[in-house]
Amino acid sequence: MSLFSMFGALEIGLIFSLVALGVFISFRLLRFPDLTVDGSFPLGGAVGALCISSGMDPFLATALAALAGAGAGVITAILNVHLKIMDLLASILMMIALYSINLRIMGKPNIPLIMEPTVFTILEPSWLIDYIARPVILIIVVLLAKLALDAYFSTRQGLAIRATGSNPRMARAQGVNTGAMIILGMAISNGLVGLAGALFAQSQGGADISMGIGTIVIGLAAVIVGESILPSRKLFFVTLAVVLGAIVYRFFIALALNSDFIGLQAQDLNLVTALLVTFALVIPLIKQRMSRRKRV
Amino acid sequence: MLKANDLHITFNPGTPIETRALCGLSLQIPTGQFVTVIGTNGAGKSTFLNAISGDLAIDSGSILIDDIDVTDQPVWARAKQVARVFQDPMAGTCEDLTIEENMSLAEQRGQRRGLSRAVKTSQRAGFREHLATLGLGLENRLHDRIGLLSGGQRQAVSLLMAALRPSQILLLDEHTAALDPRTADFVLQLTQRIVTEKQLTTMMVTHSMRQALDVGDRTIMLHQGQVVLDVSGEQRKGLDVPDLLAMFEKVRGEKLADDALLLS
Repeated sequence: MSLFSMFGALEIGLIFSLVALGVFISFRLLRFPDLTVDGSFPLGGAVGALCISSGMDPFLATALAALAGAGAGVITAILNVHLKIMDLLASILMMIALYSINLRIMGKPNIPLIMEPTVFTILEPSWLIDYIARPVILIIVVLLAKLALDAYFSTRQGLAIRATGSNPRMARAQGVNTGAMIILGMAISNGLVGLAGALFAQSQGGADISMGIGTIVIGLAAVIVGESILPSRKLFFVTLAVVLGAIVYRFFIALALNSDFIGLQAQDLNLVTALLVTFALVIPLIKQRMSRRKRV
Repeated sequence: MLKANDLHITFNPGTPIETRALCGLSLQIPTGQFVTVIGTNGAGKSTFLNAISGDLAIDSGSILIDDIDVTDQPVWARAKQVARVFQDPMAGTCEDLTIEENMSLAEQRGQRRGLSRAVKTSQRAGFREHLATLGLGLENRLHDRIGLLSGGQRQAVSLLMAALRPSQILLLDEHTAALDPRTADFVLQLTQRIVTEKQLTTMMVTHSMRQALDVGDRTIMLHQGQVVLDVSGEQRKGLDVPDLLAMFEKVRGEKLADDALLLS
């Protein structure tokens, strides 16, 4: 693997670690199986790309993209909390609705951002090569996001969100408005995914309607891989594991696709993802069987 | 002061399995009184408790806690006034959270939850002190996940949690029923200590007539969704389990079909 493709994998891995943090909030903290991310990721990309290409400041455009993602999360949560639609189904409805909405926002299947200024072109110092500068900028963004989430989920409000996911009946008995907590948590989760979508569009030269396909699987894969390489119950390490999981996952994919002797090509990406997730899910089972055999 | 006026709840109305769980139940509990509630299976004990906590919506009637009408309030809004310990030891705590995080949640019951730290160093000393009174060594395990504790330990912590913040009524729903006899005894003694110490207005549902007479200041018996027996003071002091059964039969004018009450 060349240095160039290594930094490329790191860059995409870091962007997807924001997705993974979002998926971690919905799937793990709230226990809300949320497929909205397949729509809110391209939504972030679409809003970001549209705003930048119409001359808006890239930072403001990126913030708006995150807000749009949060809005999508809020609607999914309201479908579930107030209209009593089953969580998984509510998120699928939102996901397919977003496909049309994203096309409407962009007005065409893709918006290129080749010549436009992006948060990366503004932030990267002139003495650093761009493909190294982008991952460095992203490391700072991801670390800030991770630390902010750690701090937030240690506050009273954050604890109420965690209690809502862990034992909703108990949370209500303690006076937690669990419906409001689900809406808030889903907003944070999809806000992160929208942010990731906007950064992805700016790093990959544009937004595309198909950029969201499989986002949820990649996010889940990152969470699962992270949990198996760094198993911990402490919030600080759990979010760190999720971030690392996204990067490690991306490296595996790059390695698999770049090794000529395996003969895999770009179109095999989703198959490799599925295999990797299956493998990560089976590891605990294998470990358990091995230890049982030892004891007998 | 709890006032429940003419509560009606019917499950599956208009269907062949229609069940009238509460049929015009009325009850007043003055501040500081400890009431024990008995009744056969299906008498409406748990339904009554769930109606007061807000877990079940009532068809008609009203519930007032300290003269505030809470009838239409959801569970979380009533939590300011209502503290609760569930029958299932796993239900009253969050197993993924640590002991101190669970206690912090309970200490904030019914309060606005903002962006200040969930567990402050100043709180920990108080938590330790409370846990030390249990004599279970839990004061040294603040950072342990509560899922690691046994059912009895979790139930004891749930009780402490329910009393961390003042309440207008404490609801105990057969909270010793899922525990082994020794642990059940320990939790019951702890209940009496906490209720007396903090002078809590309390309603405890129990399956055991013995327990119902030994604990608290007043005993009520539910049958078919109504209060059929209500004893307190001198009249209650002289009562024994057979007397209670006889009174029940006299009131209802029918033989008790369910042996469960006799056996427990």
